[in-house]
Amino acid sequence: MIALTRPGLSCAVFAAFVLPATVGTAQAATLDDVRAADELKCGINTGLAGFANTDDAGNWVGFDVDYCKALAAAVLGDAGKVQYVSLTGKNRFPALQAGEIEVLARNTTWTFSRDVDLGLTFVGVNYYDGQGFIGPRSLGISSAGELDGASVCIQTGTTTELNLADFFRTNNISYEPVPIETNAEARAAYEAERCDVYTSDASGLAATRATFDNPNDHVILPEIISKEPLGPLVRHGDDQWADIARWVLNALISAEELGVTQANVEALAQKDGGSDNPEIQRMLGSQGSMGAMLGLDADWAVRAIKAVGNYGEIFARHLGPDTRLGLERGLNALYTNGGILYSPPFR
Amino acid sequence: MAAPPRTRIQQISYLWTDERLRGIAFQLLVTTSLALFFAFIIWNTATNLKHAGLASGYGFLQDAASFDINQRLIDYDSTSSYGRAFLVGGLNTVLVAVLGIAAATFIGFLVGLMRLSSNFLVSRIAAIYVELTRNIPLLLQIIFWWVIILALPRVRDSISVGDVLFLNNRGVRMPQPIFEDAFQFVLALIVAGGIGTFFLARWARKRHELTGRTFPVGWSSIGLIFGLPGLSMLFLGLPISLEIPLQGKFNFEGGFNVTPELIALWLALSLYTGAFISEVVRSGILAVDKGQIEAARAVGLPPGLRTRKIILPQALRVIIPPLTNQYLNLTKNSSLAVVIGYQDIVSIGETVLNQSGQALEVISIYMAFYLTLSLLTSLLMNWYNKRTALVRER
Amino acid sequence: MFFRDQGEMLPPRTAPITEVGLVGWLRINLFSSYGNAALTLISLAILLLVVPPFIDWVLIKAQFSGDSGEACSGIGACWAWVDQRLGQFFYGFYPAEAHWRVNVTAILLVPAILYVLVDNMPGAKFGRWFSYVYPLLAAYLLVGGFGLEVIQTDKFGGFMLNMVVGLTGIVLSLPIGVLLALGRQSRLPVIRLLCIAFIEAVRGVPLITLLFVAIVLLQLFLPPEVSLDQLLRVIIMVTLFASAYMAEVVRGGLQAIPKGQIEGAQAVGLGYWQTMRLIVLPQALRISIPGIVNTFIGLFKDTTLVIIIGLFDLLGHARLLQTNPDWIGDVDHEAYLFSAAVFFLVCFLMSRYSVSLEKQLSKDRH
Repeated sequence: MIALTRPGLSCAVFAAFVLPATVGTAQAATLDDVRAADELKCGINTGLAGFANTDDAGNWVGFDVDYCKALAAAVLGDAGKVQYVSLTGKNRFPALQAGEIEVLARNTTWTFSRDVDLGLTFVGVNYYDGQGFIGPRSLGISSAGELDGASVCIQTGTTTELNLADFFRTNNISYEPVPIETNAEARAAYEAERCDVYTSDASGLAATRATFDNPNDHVILPEIISKEPLGPLVRHGDDQWADIARWVLNALISAEELGVTQANVEALAQKDGGSDNPEIQRMLGSQGSMGAMLGLDADWAVRAIKAVGNYGEIFARHLGPDTRLGLERGLNALYTNGGILYSPPFR
Repeated sequence: MAAPPRTRIQQISYLWTDERLRGIAFQLLVTTSLALFFAFIIWNTATNLKHAGLASGYGFLQDAASFDINQRLIDYDSTSSYGRAFLVGGLNTVLVAVLGIAAATFIGFLVGLMRLSSNFLVSRIAAIYVELTRNIPLLLQIIFWWVIILALPRVRDSISVGDVLFLNNRGVRMPQPIFEDAFQFVLALIVAGGIGTFFLARWARKRHELTGRTFPVGWSSIGLIFGLPGLSMLFLGLPISLEIPLQGKFNFEGGFNVTPELIALWLALSLYTGAFISEVVRSGILAVDKGQIEAARAVGLPPGLRTRKIILPQALRVIIPPLTNQYLNLTKNSSLAVVIGYQDIVSIGETVLNQSGQALEVISIYMAFYLTLSLLTSLLMNWYNKRTALVRER
Repeated sequence: MFFRDQGEMLPPRTAPITEVGLVGWLRINLFSSYGNAALTLISLAILLLVVPPFIDWVLIKAQFSGDSGEACSGIGACWAWVDQRLGQFFYGFYPAEAHWRVNVTAILLVPAILYVLVDNMPGAKFGRWFSYVYPLLAAYLLVGGFGLEVIQTDKFGGFMLNMVVGLTGIVLSLPIGVLLALGRQSRLPVIRLLCIAFIEAVRGVPLITLLFVAIVLLQLFLPPEVSLDQLLRVIIMVTLFASAYMAEVVRGGLQAIPKGQIEGAQAVGLGYWQTMRLIVLPQALRISIPGIVNTFIGLFKDTTLVIIIGLFDLLGHARLLQTNPDWIGDVDHEAYLFSAAVFFLVCFLMSRYSVSLEKQLSKDRH
């Protein structure tokens, strides 16, 4: 006899195991939720070189990941208390709206409709990007205006498709869009010359170019056809949580401007013998009560910077010239260095 | 004899043992709890949407889509509406499904017969093909074919067939026929030829049943459908011209292009489903009584006729229900197109969802679309099945 | 006289060389006619064209060691990543020090399945109880609690995730499928209609749309206080999907049971549920096992679709490897090929088992 006669039992038992996986609430004040869970649920990309990727040990690393760590360090005191939720282009907003994550740091472009219509709040810009084109040098094109009749590879699920359509329509030239879902496959398609040029955020293009066998065989065209300010975002309606997310980002940027680094932040935060700069003192909590205003303790910014370093250090670690991606700071240099990166003052 | 009067409690317990009443009570219970369940879901959804400040409804379908689609069976550009984008995507799904069903049926019958071949090598190769394709996730197979097609020659090194058809890793570029007004007359003749063939076939079948004499329906229908219109076309001075693709700066210009994504998806779907169909065909043919084949041989039918008139008609009756299932599977599996960027309804819907944030609406459109397709396929195949089914004696 | 003496029998002659041995085999199986000979030659040509270059690329010219894609030449396959990434491909983000828990679960799966599927196992009575308790045990081992460190389900990944989703889906869908199949044949019109509607609706849409529901909509349907984790939501939708297919498999089994069995059961005074539980279902499910295994194979292959919604199964980790800065562009084919090989091995073995079971069953019935 075959023992399948009483399947009900084994299944009831199985059901009993999945139920404990159910987890708690989503609606109360976000800060309280995070503290109660003792874990920050942070939405990240499913795999984008430099921004969010896994190392050989299976840990998430990258530019966006470090923001999650900084936020967790500021709120919970431990940069390791992050639950990374990797999200695709289509479920990132529903996940945030439904409260599955508390913050989304997934190279997301800040646009009007997302900010206003989708019930979300962008807390700042951590990467100024723009959409550009890369093409083989052998094609001999110097401007995107010469692309009449070309096939263009696009990574879907982003604003790039819209920008591209707008650009070609306003310039009245025709093209064949080749939409591809992931960056890896778009890259493979471009390399096989399925398309003449590949369009994506300029940061992605530079990163992609660096990974070709002969980077010099490919040129990035001068046109940047869109503004892509990428930044973290939170749900609409919880201003306290939005403030925390915003000012953790600002602290990382200000730290670079003020010369606060991962190595010296603890020394500078000393009440005696620390920094003389009043802004540093306010930010690092040795003077005033900015932490308390946010609903955090005085050392919040110290912990964030201690965990991941200042903006410049994060950039250098994951995207900068010493990495395989080799991106220049460009627009993302501080405003004092010719870029447009700028944090409101800690006052 | 009158029954002894019952007490009230007995009456109620009798009610409970009445099978009919118990059935009604049970159905009422199920219906009510289901209604409550749905009410619960709808109420939750409404409050959640309101809480998140999201709008719902299908009004967004009229907004401009503002993205482009590379394969359009109907007019579409980036100023068209979301609704039209869905229509383009839906047609693309139907296109790949119809092409896939045709090819999968062909492959399935071919491989099914190959597996029954007496040639050891042929039946082995067929078996290897079936096992390989059936046991690897379709998603991987779609990617595999896409990668293979990307490995074809690049545009500048296109394989040219007679300088009119070009094969490269951007697809197959072929001449596009351009019809002049006079072509309508030819078109009318073709339609008339088709109708004529239909009646001719009916008459021939009747005559065959009555007298046993056969009529070459195949040849005469070719004459009717192609011959006459062809002749008229010569008289009208060929009211049709071909737009031959020419090498442009980046791509071939003019002509008609079949994208690599369509080819890869089509190959993967038809090879995958073809393997399943071959198993269906094989078991269908094996199910035909050996005596039938022997009897056919005994009355001296040649092998071709034996397969056509004796084996296949009987095998088809076994084959068609599972074949319908495979057709439905193929249609549904075409939704995996999204991984290689073939712009079917799921891929387009994803872009729309991404821009408009109307998740509930987009997913409901997906479901309605696939349910309709499934229903239509089922109805069509049921109709065909009824027509070919044996009229049962008992 | 037309008979010989016993002693005068002719000795048996050896068969002609064209009928036996290698030559005979070749003649009968490969070159029985001109057409067949042509087919043979074409088949041989195809094999020669495909197989040697493939083996050359996969093994002979391949690169097996190195720290990044730069170590690979590009002439042959790049397998240098295997020793670093094998763990992720099979265990996902599951902590390395807890891999033993996955291993134990996988090893215990073997007896748990054997006791359900194979007759005459030693210690069958105890063994069956083990099979029933196994899912609970597996859940305890994988998730933890009660003394074991708790591991969140978002750490599940790689091939293990395919196994968890596939197995949970099939096990949970079996009882639902049985109920749906019974409901579809019920005499109660409302029940019958509801079951048919559910089965046909689910079978009419692609799994991928149900997965979209799982990750995008399910949360919307629930009160805000309830929040299910991603894996659980996927399992719920996969279970619903599989149960519709299961219902059809079980229905086939139910239809094969002779009416006399049911009438006999009713004649001895069994009620509906008793008849089903004691007489009909044991036979129907037994007949259905090949179909159930086939449904499982299909579902198991379909678990790869979770990458479309952002979970990292075996294919997901293959993609992660492909986007890793160290490997980008060097392992585009290899990572997929590896995944295909793993799936093929598992599915092929299961389908062989299903075929042999089918043969066994048809032998039993004749």
